[in-house]
Amino acid sequence: MDARASPRARKYRGRVTPDKQVKQLDRVIIRFAGDSGDGMQLTGDRFTQETAVFGNDLVTLPNFPAEIRAPQGTLPGVSSFQVHFADHDILTAGDSPDVLVAMNPAALRANLGDLAKGAAIIVDTHDFTARNLTKAGYDHNPLDGDDLAEFAVHPVDLTGMTIEAVKEFGLSRKDAARAKNMFALGLLSWMYGRPTDPTIAFLGKRFAKVPAIRDANVTAFKAGWNFGETTEAFVVRYEVKPAKMAPGTYRNITGNLALAYGLIAGGVQSGLPVFLGSYPITPASDILHELSKHKAFGVTTFQAEDEIAGVGAAIGASFAGHLGVTTTSGPGVALKSEAIGLAVMTELPLVVIDVQRGGPSTGLPTKTEQSDLLQAMFGRNGEAPVPVVAPQSPGDCFAAVVEAVRIAITYRTPVMLLSDGYLANGSEPWRIPDLDEMPAIDPRFATERNKVVEGGEGKEDSTEFWPYLRDPETLARPWAIPGTPGLEHRIGGLEKADGNGNISYDPANHDLMVRTRQAKIDRIAESFGPLEVDDPSGEAKVLVLGWGSTYGPIGAGVRRVRRAGYHVAQAHLRHLNPFPADLGDVLRRYDKVLVPEMNLGQLSLLLRAKYLVDVVGYNEVRGLPLKAAVLADVIGGLVGEAEGIEVDVTPKERV
Amino acid sequence: MTTHTELGLPGLRSGTELVPALAADEQKQTGKDFTSDQEVRWCPGCGDYAVLKAVQSFLPDLGLRRENIVFVSGIGCSSRFPYYLDTYGMHSIHGRAPTIATGIATAREDLSVWVVTGDGDALSIGGNHLIHTLRRNVNMTILLFNNRIYGLTKGQYSPTSEPGKVTKSTPMGSVDHPFNPVSLALGAEASFVARTIDSDRKHLTSVLAAAAAHRGTSLVEIYQNCPIFNDGAFDAIKSPDTKADAIIPLVHGEPITFGATGEDGRGVKALVRDASTGGVVVVATADVDPADVLVHDAHAPDPSTAFAISRLTDSGYLNTSPIGIFRQVERPTYDDEARAQITTAQGGRSEAAADRAARLAALVGGGDTWTIV
Repeated sequence: MDARASPRARKYRGRVTPDKQVKQLDRVIIRFAGDSGDGMQLTGDRFTQETAVFGNDLVTLPNFPAEIRAPQGTLPGVSSFQVHFADHDILTAGDSPDVLVAMNPAALRANLGDLAKGAAIIVDTHDFTARNLTKAGYDHNPLDGDDLAEFAVHPVDLTGMTIEAVKEFGLSRKDAARAKNMFALGLLSWMYGRPTDPTIAFLGKRFAKVPAIRDANVTAFKAGWNFGETTEAFVVRYEVKPAKMAPGTYRNITGNLALAYGLIAGGVQSGLPVFLGSYPITPASDILHELSKHKAFGVTTFQAEDEIAGVGAAIGASFAGHLGVTTTSGPGVALKSEAIGLAVMTELPLVVIDVQRGGPSTGLPTKTEQSDLLQAMFGRNGEAPVPVVAPQSPGDCFAAVVEAVRIAITYRTPVMLLSDGYLANGSEPWRIPDLDEMPAIDPRFATERNKVVEGGEGKEDSTEFWPYLRDPETLARPWAIPGTPGLEHRIGGLEKADGNGNISYDPANHDLMVRTRQAKIDRIAESFGPLEVDDPSGEAKVLVLGWGSTYGPIGAGVRRVRRAGYHVAQAHLRHLNPFPADLGDVLRRYDKVLVPEMNLGQLSLLLRAKYLVDVVGYNEVRGLPLKAAVLADVIGGLVGEAEGIEVDVTPKERV
Repeated sequence: MTTHTELGLPGLRSGTELVPALAADEQKQTGKDFTSDQEVRWCPGCGDYAVLKAVQSFLPDLGLRRENIVFVSGIGCSSRFPYYLDTYGMHSIHGRAPTIATGIATAREDLSVWVVTGDGDALSIGGNHLIHTLRRNVNMTILLFNNRIYGLTKGQYSPTSEPGKVTKSTPMGSVDHPFNPVSLALGAEASFVARTIDSDRKHLTSVLAAAAAHRGTSLVEIYQNCPIFNDGAFDAIKSPDTKADAIIPLVHGEPITFGATGEDGRGVKALVRDASTGGVVVVATADVDPADVLVHDAHAPDPSTAFAISRLTDSGYLNTSPIGIFRQVERPTYDDEARAQITTAQGGRSEAAADRAARLAALVGGGDTWTIV
């Protein structure tokens, strides 16, 4: 295993002070929590990058308020970042933290309920003033007395030590105190043997223009490390060895970044310039931000006046031969519905990315949910089928959006991609794909007239361009872009006559066209492989079927059940519309099918309707990812029912 | 921001400068070339026929390749327009034509982009898109057919209907205050704003030519009679008996006078500045020093005077209306600037597919990475 660790990582592990005890762990869950102005997201992100470089497998869960700066010191203002890292392949950000870093009383109070007995709590005592305790709803100081007796509490004056460490830089007390997150990061980096060079390099770059701030942050970071090494308050360091991962080059990536890169890749693969029409909305805006940096790839980003203009411009760009894309969240999809219907009718390629958040209405903008599946499926007037694809992890967003691009271009259709808030901001190590292995996507623009019209008696035959004369295999219509001579044509939202595309109100034609549009979408399933079912023993009677970001918790829950000695199968859907052709057969192979979702049973509804299979839903809408331990219990219960046995999935070892 | 000059582009650019033109030896197009095989289905006597005919006969004058012309429309009677023109076209959804045209115009510099819309489509359901397109100054020409009524939905009042109008949805008279489309466009800082009349083929054609030649968003309001639901709305400006008094003709560089021709050959009414309000008022030409008669300056950078002139339009029954090009100024266009940023980012290189793929690999594989063997 050591052979795989980077030389840098080895160097740091070599620095362990002999009189400190080193304890081996297989995995750790740390949550950094503080006020939304305390820089917890940055702290978590840096710890994650150090951990990624070190070679652990990891999954992160940022959690922040919708308000930019909620009132300081209050519970609604608490922002946190959880990172789960391990010496083995892990799937979730973890159910409950082993370590909580709490920068103020509100952060302690808001997160205490998630901690398991025995968890470590590092608190910045500096902010435990009477005023801040009151703001957090404490009528006494929880650090005094028995409140935290179940936990290993480490009270440290992080702020005070930070101010002391950086006083040479002449910053105001307020600015000096702001480096406390780097002190905390340094301390945790020492405790878990993280490499420090990446963070020092990062700070140098980030604050290059303000040397005093840069130096203060670097100094605070080093001071935190040194404090850990010298203080008697912390006697144990922990070692989590690098994980065994498949060979390849890795980077850490969030879902939104992977979507942006995937769209650029889709553009390169298809040879089409990407045109993004978008309106800022949480949690999708980062895709717009990222794509706007990549004009060198010919990417146009249009920040529209509203959601409708964003999708309208994307449709216009598609008509003009670009790869039209629009990015949004659930409320934006609602506004775009009519225009997506236009793209269905005009049969133009369009990629619609919905980074789902808690709903309905404005709902929970910064929290995650899977409640737009039925909106994606049916949220339009008329029979307006739209293919739906979903990524299952942050890194998987890349491949999922390339698939969406492939379908959109090949079949001349809008495609909905359903990500969510957890995938968007969460991150994981991602094996950088070999781009040669990506599918080539051929736009196959029409260049010639496609219909011979008989001239009749005494007249010569002529050729015409018929915009709705379909490819017999895919049922896709020709995509003739302006500038192509001889193919001038008009399309629009009114019903088209089969073939020539003229306006038609003919009843039989409408019936045919509605069925043809549906058949075209159904036919996409012919381009999918069989559904992958993970059923190692082949003896499972229970199948757990999911879609989207629940892949991690479902997988972790399934592993727990298997470790406890039971059989269970797992499958996860990339394609929600059309479903894989063999899905019905797979469902019928099992006695029971469990469908966990972060909604009230939307996939369950579709499966029951389409396959008449009595699937069992497990549904939570808490704005947070499902928990592996909870799912393990639910799966275990179902396995017990299916097999008529007593099931106990409690892990034998440490959780 | 990269300016045109920095890109080596001339300061003054035509709206169709980058659109491929017919070669000198190619056969000149006629109106017939632009006429599609679709049966025109407007009501008999609709003003839309006259505009269609004018556009079909005007388009050949542009000398552009037909395949590089795109007409986009929304929903409404006038929005059927693209079906009748043998160019590329899209009949889209209600109010959204400017958004689709923005996508087309930004994606492709080599297309001449036209929007056909009505008073309901552009000013009611699509009002937001209209003003934002105008402020961005995306290179396109918007033909706004204003008949001051909803036709396709059979006769409800529109956002340009006069107060008190009795319609199917306002049996006791409308209590809505109307938009003046020209004032609205000027308020949105449109770079080209004109008003013309469906039945005046010569004026309409001259405005179309100026609008097409303008680089940026050209807004052309066309007074268009709906013989079914709002017949006679523009009679005052069309009737030979009244039109001299009703039309305030705007010609760049000319003093603005109208009404019956006086002994001096000028109209008996004139526009002068009103010092007390900063606006413009109508006076008897004979009562003012000829030097005080307002000379129309469509190229004035400040739109205030054009706005003041636009306020002389009646908001009730149309007895008086300025007609002509209110404003035509040079301003960078959104689409040119957006493309220029891409050109700058690409460093002017044209790149082989393999090189682009290599750059993609470098991007995706960038950042902090580690390798497991």
